[in-house]
Amino acid sequence: MVRRLISMVLAVWVIATITFLLMHSVPGGPFSKDKALPPAIIKNLEARYHLDWPLWKQYVHQMYNILRWDFGPSMKYESRSVNQIIRDGFPISARLGAVAVALSVLVGLPVGIISALRHNRWQDNIAMGFATLGVALPSYVVAALFIYVFALKLGWFPSSLWGTPKHYVLPALALAGFPMAFIARLARSSMLEVLQQDYIRTARAKGLSERVVIYRHALKNSLIPVVTYIGPLIANVFTGSFVIERMFGIPGLGRHFITSIYNRDYTTIMGTTVFYSVFLVIMILVTDLTYALIDPRISIADERK
Amino acid sequence: MKAKKLVAILLALVMVAALGAGCTKTQTTPPAQDQPTPKEPMVLRYNLGVEPETLDTAKMTGIPEFNAVLPALEGLTRIKADGMPGPGMAYKWDISEGGTKYVFYLRDAKWSNGDPVTAHDFEFAWKRALDPELAADYAYMLYHVKGAEAYNSGEGSVDDVAVRALDDKTLEVHLETNAPFFLDLCSFPTYMPVPSKVVKANPDWHASAATFVSNGPFKLTKWEHHSTLEYEKNPDYWDKDAVKLDKLVFYMVEESSTELTMFETGQIDYADNPPLPEIDRLKAQGVFKVSSLIGTYYYIFNTEKPPLNDWRVRKALTLAINRKDITEKVTKAGQIPALAWVPPDITDAKPGADFREVGGDYFKDNDIATAKALLAEAGYPDGKGMPPIEILYNTSEAHKAIAEVIQEMWKKNLGIENITLTNQEWKVYLATRDAGTFMIARAGWIGDYNDPMTFLDMWVTGGGNNNSRWSNKEYDALVTKARLETDPVKRMEMLHQLEDMLFADGAWPIMPIYYYVDSYLMKDYVKGVYISPLGPIDFKHAWIDK
Repeated sequence: MVRRLISMVLAVWVIATITFLLMHSVPGGPFSKDKALPPAIIKNLEARYHLDWPLWKQYVHQMYNILRWDFGPSMKYESRSVNQIIRDGFPISARLGAVAVALSVLVGLPVGIISALRHNRWQDNIAMGFATLGVALPSYVVAALFIYVFALKLGWFPSSLWGTPKHYVLPALALAGFPMAFIARLARSSMLEVLQQDYIRTARAKGLSERVVIYRHALKNSLIPVVTYIGPLIANVFTGSFVIERMFGIPGLGRHFITSIYNRDYTTIMGTTVFYSVFLVIMILVTDLTYALIDPRISIADERK
Repeated sequence: MKAKKLVAILLALVMVAALGAGCTKTQTTPPAQDQPTPKEPMVLRYNLGVEPETLDTAKMTGIPEFNAVLPALEGLTRIKADGMPGPGMAYKWDISEGGTKYVFYLRDAKWSNGDPVTAHDFEFAWKRALDPELAADYAYMLYHVKGAEAYNSGEGSVDDVAVRALDDKTLEVHLETNAPFFLDLCSFPTYMPVPSKVVKANPDWHASAATFVSNGPFKLTKWEHHSTLEYEKNPDYWDKDAVKLDKLVFYMVEESSTELTMFETGQIDYADNPPLPEIDRLKAQGVFKVSSLIGTYYYIFNTEKPPLNDWRVRKALTLAINRKDITEKVTKAGQIPALAWVPPDITDAKPGADFREVGGDYFKDNDIATAKALLAEAGYPDGKGMPPIEILYNTSEAHKAIAEVIQEMWKKNLGIENITLTNQEWKVYLATRDAGTFMIARAGWIGDYNDPMTFLDMWVTGGGNNNSRWSNKEYDALVTKARLETDPVKRMEMLHQLEDMLFADGAWPIMPIYYYVDSYLMKDYVKGVYISPLGPIDFKHAWIDK
């Protein structure tokens, strides 16, 4: 476990270092603007943000800030710190993401399992038809379609902005489209595979009812690939989607991953990247711990020795 | 196969629709259209489009930021509906002979926390903006004030900045040189006062609506980042009887198609950037509107790169495009073909006179015959032997469409075959433009104040925005001379001469394409909004008439 934690810290450090090198090697800086600033002003700005320091010193400074979990002031939104930007945006993206993930699991999983159990029958065909659609349609197409149909034509839901539960519906559906479909397909193929296994045949041969076979023996094992997918999915969806947030005008965190790069907002690029990486490695750890809970082959076997 | 897919899509729609309907059965009735009753507060909802970078007037540089503070703050002057500066926090002023000394007399006005607005607040604000440690981008807007540039660049002392509160209500300012547009500048955010007591106690007072202090027609009451700004009528404002709106709401929706949906579903009354593909439809509906904007869209020639180091080639390229076609068929929002550099709506020396009208055009649009002759003179008859040229633009569909049309026009009209188009991401493009490693680059320039100088002084040798690298010592000398000239008529003559020099033989560093317009969507019931040709929008006199 300690080795595992060290490797997690190392991973984040490597990501931060690569990010630092990349962002400083891209042409243009945070203060290059359409209207060129007088040299004296550029000098003042660079001094303020320590951009006049040699690169190694900036690197050490930034790594130190990451250790303290203080990413410094944003170079674009000058009255806010990067920590504040994350504090403002993340809860919104996370709440929307939680709804989307819940939706994808609660719909995707049963649909996938039912498809597997009704393999090649009409239920399966319809479900997988939808799943293919869900995987194939990019979220911005889905979002545009939803806005057009449910906001503009039917007027059931607001087309954009944020605040009431109604505002969650369209973006959460658009966001859930892909993972829902993907989970359904994953659950289906995994279930089909498990149903072919010897121990299922054994269970059936022993005369256990179909119900017990499915719930006690097949289901748990078929969840492994789904869990593997859900861990990183949570890290991904909870930190927000640039496209969905932009199209629905949601003040989440997702935009900052993209716009900070356009703006060469060095502190925000580093802050959001590190935040995401930390979240991701934690989710991967949680995923691994979950395996132990559901897969007897991984750890319960050890206990029984 | 196709039919199957279609059926699948329809099914998907039906199912999702059913799901949606299930979720909201209790609230399926659409909200009733707001009935105008006398008691109902009058609210105007505008899409600002982006999150303001800051609400600290010293540090802001962009139009959205200006728009975000204009309801809540007021400088010494405020621009009136005729575009001229009128009284603001100052009710009158004296200007010395020669125009280098101003004395402002302040009215009794209050900040929204109850403190009086004093001349000290102005002195403090200007010196604060000039503080090298604050590192404000637009500190250079204050360089007109004597001693300002020296202090800001770390060479002078703050005590030598010539702005001084003689007492609580009198502010004296000395300028470096005569600046006839100084009263305009006094309405500009960089010149706005800050509540000095509040700032000393809390340097981040501007970062949230709870601590922000207003002195304008409205008070800032809410700032949700990337979402909403809200303002309420300020009962302490000196001219409160002129303010009719009770509330202003600004949204920050970036996606123009989403903005359009909000406009069409009645969530907003006024929006700034209608999506280009919808323009024809919106024009037909009568909601698409246009007002003037002091700006020029142009191409810069890199005068150091052959064959563009020959002015005849530059002039030939400039003459050989059809701007009317570009504005009518490509940009479509009502832009005006530019046949000179300084755009219309900038005042000339005589009141009411327009600099552009006085100056006239410098060349004819689509003058292919002259262009061909010039190109032949330069040694490339019918484009033969012309080295390859490259057009650089920042990645955008709109710039791309224009570049493609121009490429085609040069090919057809001048016989130039080898023209490549290159696009770069915004900041990369800026870096390339500054480094001078381009041949022809797209650019746009919006004036900072209502005076031709904001367009002319950028072409001096080594100027930070002179990416053409064109240099003319006479031009440089005349810019300096015009800055020092105190007689407005003579000064304006010099500015016309400067523009003449840009289009004289040997010059032609730029190819003007069109003058910008500000296009927007506004419901018919929105009245009294003043859109300045410099970009900022003033809601002080706005009202809703429905």
